Amino acid sequence: MSFDNAYEAISESNDEQHWAFGTGFDDPLSDVDKTILSDVDRADLATYCLMLGDDALILSQRLAEWCSRAPELEEDVALANIALDLLGQARMLLTRAGEVEGAGRDEDALAYLRDEPDFRNVRLVELDCGPGPGGDFATTIARLLVFATWRLALMTHLTNSRDPVLSAIAAKAVKELAYHRDHAAQWTLRLAGGTDYSRERMTVALATIWPHLPELFTPHPTELRLAAMDIAVNPATLKSEVDSVIGQVLTAAALDPPATPPPAPVTNRTGRDGAHTEAMPPLLAELQHLARSLPGATW
Amino acid sequence: MTEPRSSWPLYEVFVRSKRGLNHVHVGSLHAPDPEMALRNARDLYTRRNEGVSIWVVPASAVTASSPDEKDPFFAPAGDKVYRHPTFYSIPDDVPHL
Repeated sequence: MSFDNAYEAISESNDEQHWAFGTGFDDPLSDVDKTILSDVDRADLATYCLMLGDDALILSQRLAEWCSRAPELEEDVALANIALDLLGQARMLLTRAGEVEGAGRDEDALAYLRDEPDFRNVRLVELDCGPGPGGDFATTIARLLVFATWRLALMTHLTNSRDPVLSAIAAKAVKELAYHRDHAAQWTLRLAGGTDYSRERMTVALATIWPHLPELFTPHPTELRLAAMDIAVNPATLKSEVDSVIGQVLTAAALDPPATPPPAPVTNRTGRDGAHTEAMPPLLAELQHLARSLPGATW
Repeated sequence: MTEPRSSWPLYEVFVRSKRGLNHVHVGSLHAPDPEMALRNARDLYTRRNEGVSIWVVPASAVTASSPDEKDPFFAPAGDKVYRHPTFYSIPDDVPHL
């Protein structure tokens, strides 16, 4: 066995496993019963899967925009890894949404062929936080800190869902999100504790992101109905937990939580209702352009 | 020649595989500090299930032998066949020797 190179050492086959450690990849849904519980409203469950799936899909798209644009190559890979984790969560959730809906739509149809009002993501994830003029690295980190903290709390509770598919997806997501939160927290500390300039950028970034926090804890009627049946998580119940974790990071970074008011609701509707910001159409145009220009294209 | 783009220090990365063997050098990376170097190493070098443990070491802390010293350092071992345990028979079921 050669030890000159770890990859050579680990890829030598002394058994039938051709890949480095064998494929060894778990399909989190392989042993899961996909039957839909008889007491659940299918439309509600499909909508809930869309909500959680769209959160992951849209932030994944935003993070992917950093590919080749991050401050360092290492950070480029880190953000792409996080984006791919979220894309994996989105794929499972959108696939489940399609199954539950029962109208023959698969994950691709849901990702590429829906229009803006049909997307159910919270507006936090669609904001342009860079690398373009809409933001910068600090804004991206601030958003990731908030999102990963919130979603980790949500998914942790969702592991107790009576829906076995949601529970299994959540169990996988928890491990991924713990890393995303850690990555964002580490960068928050470093930007806040770096130079006066980096601290100023981090402070501005928090002020940009903060108005979008209240929406994360505002339950949609669908979420409330499913939460009452122990299928979904009522996001209002996550607030103290999320506030506490973010508070710890900000305290360690010696940053004050901004006191920015939330944006005015659009006729009392939020992202969960399909009401989005002006950042959403260009994002969807880029996400969906290829699939819509060349229907059924494969590569 | 322009300044190198990264002002971050270089770290050498060692990964221990699942087989419970030694930490093995896999490459290097830039990071602002050791904690971030660990995280970058996780993202860059353990993406495909390669590792269960990572060490990062500042490249500046590595003292390396020089190519100029190759002969005095290594050539004298070349003819000492008695240093290799080739005179023993090894049972088939003893791995990693």
